[in-house]
Amino acid sequence: MYTFSSKLKIFSIVLIILGAVGVGIGFSTSHKSFEEVETLLAEESHHGGGHEEVDSHEATSHNAHAEEASHATHDVHSEVSAQGEADEHTKHIEHVQHQIANRPWAALYVAAFFFMMISLGCLAFYAIQIASQAGWSPVLFRVMEGITAYLLPGAIIVLIIAVASGTIGHYNLFIWMDPEVVAHDKLIQGKSGWLNIPGFAIRGIIFIAGWSLYRYFARKFSVAQDTAEDKSNFKKSFRIAAGFLVFFIYSESMMSWDWIMSVDPHWFSTLFGWYVFASMFVSGITAIALVTLYLKTRGYLEFVNANHLHDVAKFMFAISIFWTYLWFSQFMLIWYSNIPEEVTYFVSRFNDYKLPFLGMVVLNFVFPLLMLMNADYKRMPWFVVMTGLVILFGHYIDIFNMIMPATVGDRWFIGIPEIGSILLFAGLFILVVFTALTKAPLLAKGYPLIKESEEFHY
Amino acid sequence: MEASRVIHAIYNDDDVLMSAVKKVRAEKHHIEEIYTPFPVHGLDKAMGLEGTRIAICAFLYGLVGLTVAITMMNFIMIEDWPQNIGGKPSFSYIENMPAFVPIMFELTVFFAAHLMVITFYLRSRMWPFKKAENPDPRTTDDHFLMEIGVHGNESALENLLKETGAVEIKLVDKAH
Repeated sequence: MYTFSSKLKIFSIVLIILGAVGVGIGFSTSHKSFEEVETLLAEESHHGGGHEEVDSHEATSHNAHAEEASHATHDVHSEVSAQGEADEHTKHIEHVQHQIANRPWAALYVAAFFFMMISLGCLAFYAIQIASQAGWSPVLFRVMEGITAYLLPGAIIVLIIAVASGTIGHYNLFIWMDPEVVAHDKLIQGKSGWLNIPGFAIRGIIFIAGWSLYRYFARKFSVAQDTAEDKSNFKKSFRIAAGFLVFFIYSESMMSWDWIMSVDPHWFSTLFGWYVFASMFVSGITAIALVTLYLKTRGYLEFVNANHLHDVAKFMFAISIFWTYLWFSQFMLIWYSNIPEEVTYFVSRFNDYKLPFLGMVVLNFVFPLLMLMNADYKRMPWFVVMTGLVILFGHYIDIFNMIMPATVGDRWFIGIPEIGSILLFAGLFILVVFTALTKAPLLAKGYPLIKESEEFHY
Repeated sequence: MEASRVIHAIYNDDDVLMSAVKKVRAEKHHIEEIYTPFPVHGLDKAMGLEGTRIAICAFLYGLVGLTVAITMMNFIMIEDWPQNIGGKPSFSYIENMPAFVPIMFELTVFFAAHLMVITFYLRSRMWPFKKAENPDPRTTDDHFLMEIGVHGNESALENLLKETGAVEIKLVDKAH
């Protein structure tokens, strides 16, 4: 049995407190008045490059289409009068004001989603291991079950933030939640059959319920199998794993449309669900490696050896490349055909997010490719830990790149709100995961393939 | 220093062969060669063979392929005749890079795979019309053969091999 060391518990609580303070600072400094934003922008344009920024704000804004439409009508109907210019000015300031107000929401949402997706990816990996009756991984099942314990609270938090942004917030994440925007936007009106708050909430609850039910029963059968006389629990867990994987691939795809793609309601991509899946899958597997190595250095997993680590690292390597394949497929198809209605997505990312957008390809592809190619390196714990931390950071940036351009545009920065949110959810994640690990023995000794796994040798 | 006389010990089980290899090695006899009908897992480790370096070769060949792809397309598409084809930006390599990635990938894989295979053939001396070096045709079917050099210690060696479970032991003069 694992005992949650008090040091780690205090560490996680400190993270939560620090993170909460950071998030609080983020929210309390994001409410700028009209005049404050006006002086801020005047100062910025004074420092040079102001006009270009003004242009890019409008091009990258999430309601770019609406604004462009209004620009066009201005040009047609009126000579540019002093009145029109004043309108433009007001609009611009209101737009920036909204972006500044969005930032703590978006920062919170990105971090919440990131940690939720780690445990969801881990749950998918766990179900695949059971459904495929893998012989190497059963010694890691309890670690996976621990990580997936965060799924229920984590997913509920994500859904609450998303819905709250449209009910108690000022539509800080999803502009399709704003009736004012929808009224003037034919494209969103056409999608309102799917994109409406009650539908969003109900779908979210169904997804979370499905995932959590699988997690609950899989864990129950797994623990019950430890003391069972026969293999009935194993058979049941095999069956529900297969069923869950079918449910998962549908629900994950729809979840990615709802929770991520709909921040840009004018844009769509067909392989987006797979792309988000690859991201969560590799993050989940990396988290398994990190938690396993932590527990092993504490002496709780003496049955885990370098061969298991080697296999997990192989998955980290392969799924990193799979992620890159999907990232590039999505990017290259849109870049190549260059259809205006879909390419704006990458134009805004390329103009305002060049470093994170290209940097994540280095973090998520080049780095793991070179670091984890050698079989000997995959067996060295410190090497896997270092690479794993880089991969996790890279996938945080990945989610950051999905959400931020639509919510804060070029007003992004990784500062107090972002780091605070990461610390808050990292602390929560550690607290929930390691508490769950104390609830059952770390070796699933009743599992039929456990002997093979313990003697696994690559 | 190859011995002119060798002993061929034949086994009919891979587990027996593995334990025999360990015993013979423990007695400090030099195993010249082992012939098996299929890969015996762990035999290379038991014989104390060095690990293969073919993966390192493949990596380097892949780098060659990548370089070939980049150099080729940079010359053709950017330097030699930078046409406007469907509005693709051919001003510099990096601007048109996404369109070249499929070729860069395929050539990397092509070079890595084919040159690695050719390296394997060369290093293991395999080619068409090559004379088969098989001392006993049964080793391609269901028997395992261990070849040990003899340096005036036949009887001791024969006894040792009998102990390890060899079903047949032959003293062979290697024709020169």
